[in-house]
Amino acid sequence: MADTAIYGLMAEFQDPSALVEATRRAVDAGYRKLDAYTPFPIEELAEALRFRDRRLPLLVLAGGIVGGLSGFGLQYWINVINYPLIAGGKPYFAWPNFIPVTFEMTILFAALAAVFGMIGLNGLPLLYHPVFNAPGFALASRDRFFLVIEASDPKFDRHATGEMLRGLTAHEVVEVAN
Amino acid sequence: MSGSVESSGTARLQRGQTRAAIVGAVGLVALVAGAFGSPEQFFRSYLPAYVFVFGIALGSLAALMLQHMTGGAWGMMIRRILEAGARTLPLVALLFVPLAFGLPHLYAWADPVKVAGDAVLQAKAPYLNVGFFLARAVLYFVLWSVFAYFLSRWSAEQDALAGTGPDDRRFRMLSGPGLLLYGLTLTFASVDWVMSLDPHWFSTIFGMLFIGAQGMSVFAFAIAVLALCSQDAPFAGRVKPAHFHDLGKLLFAFVILWAYLAFSQFLIIWSGNLPEEIPWYLERASGGWQWMAAVIAIGHFALPFLLLLSKDLKRNRKALMAVAIGILVMRYVDAFWLVAPSFEPAHLAVHWMDLAAVAGLGGLWLAVFFRLFQSRPQLPVNDPYYEDALAHGGHH
Repeated sequence: MADTAIYGLMAEFQDPSALVEATRRAVDAGYRKLDAYTPFPIEELAEALRFRDRRLPLLVLAGGIVGGLSGFGLQYWINVINYPLIAGGKPYFAWPNFIPVTFEMTILFAALAAVFGMIGLNGLPLLYHPVFNAPGFALASRDRFFLVIEASDPKFDRHATGEMLRGLTAHEVVEVAN
Repeated sequence: MSGSVESSGTARLQRGQTRAAIVGAVGLVALVAGAFGSPEQFFRSYLPAYVFVFGIALGSLAALMLQHMTGGAWGMMIRRILEAGARTLPLVALLFVPLAFGLPHLYAWADPVKVAGDAVLQAKAPYLNVGFFLARAVLYFVLWSVFAYFLSRWSAEQDALAGTGPDDRRFRMLSGPGLLLYGLTLTFASVDWVMSLDPHWFSTIFGMLFIGAQGMSVFAFAIAVLALCSQDAPFAGRVKPAHFHDLGKLLFAFVILWAYLAFSQFLIIWSGNLPEEIPWYLERASGGWQWMAAVIAIGHFALPFLLLLSKDLKRNRKALMAVAIGILVMRYVDAFWLVAPSFEPAHLAVHWMDLAAVAGLGGLWLAVFFRLFQSRPQLPVNDPYYEDALAHGGHH
């Protein structure tokens, strides 16, 4: 049964491999509404969480395409339509000259899409998040690794879930207030 | 050596070796037969095929040294593939010998009649002359073979240990200077063997272009071989999608690097439009050669670039292998486009001996590669970082 009185249960781990292993087991046990918090990126974690969100890569691709097309289009419009000027004895539509700017614009827009897409899809800026209610959570940006199973998970049970987390070599398991 | 990883000449590799040897033998016989009809065509067909095969062999040495320096987990799975590739360098040196007999057929500067009527060639004669050209080639091959020999020998010593070996600094002590020398020698070799086909022309980025191209060749080749034997011992169960993902990313990086360098050269020469530089591109952009240039722009860059953007494709063994083989084919097309228009500037011409040469040299080289690859354990199990690299693939 979902439990709405608290946000969820938080387990603290001392090292990344323990966290990844615990995440795998929690997912295997059927939990779906869970998230992990670490001081640095851990490649295996996304896979362990079965994180399948493809929106950001698509957003970056779209950013790159828009950037490339607008970079090329801008130069085409200026050099061929708006202000045709012969430079260096080249034709108006001197496409090799357009490539460096097109390339730069592709990178720029893809990078901007990556940064702002990541911020946006993460729901940032976010002024309040319950996980910060847990004592010691600040260590997530230093040397501790946290797994949170949210109370909104259909399989969540304050007692049984807590027992399971304690069985996963967790250093400590605490309840997170809403 | 650990008990579970034996030097197992698997049936698949043995079959590959036999088939490559047959293709190589047929190609070489056809090529030699054709040489009696037209010695000139023999050399003109031989050179692009040689440049292609040479790129994989020397690229293997460069990637091997790069892996020793960076210690990337990506390299542990392909180290023995790279070592076997580098160990073919003495064969590649041997295959250079026929070229030495055909220099006047290939290079204007090697033909006294042409030199006599050309002031530029006379001015360049202190560098571009037959004796110095051959001496330089000998020097390159001696240097490359020495580096390949020691890296391979120390690796064999590591295999002979009872268990995991100590951190061996010798590999890095040799690989650092080796990479520096690789950049220098390949720059000179590319100028000697390919750029001097058009002795009036010059491009300072040419050596870099070869480095990028060899990076593409070697990673495409290593991916193809790893994918071929990933289902057999000792790779089965050890090679993970994460390893293919890493190698796919490196291949992707070299595709972009090559395109960047190739376009830089083109943009600068096209913008300058100087009479001593632009003819090289004019020859390669007319008479049918422009279609081959378009095929290279698409098949050597645009298509692999778009395909390799996909994470799923890079983690898919078969799909990545198909892209890698496509890139290897394009590597030959690119070598052909660099070399052949110097002989036939007026119109696109592909001779049957071109195909015989690439089948002959490629088949022979591949057969020797497979033989060398099977002669040693195919994974460096005693390397101190081997376990780390294995764990890199995750637990599933």
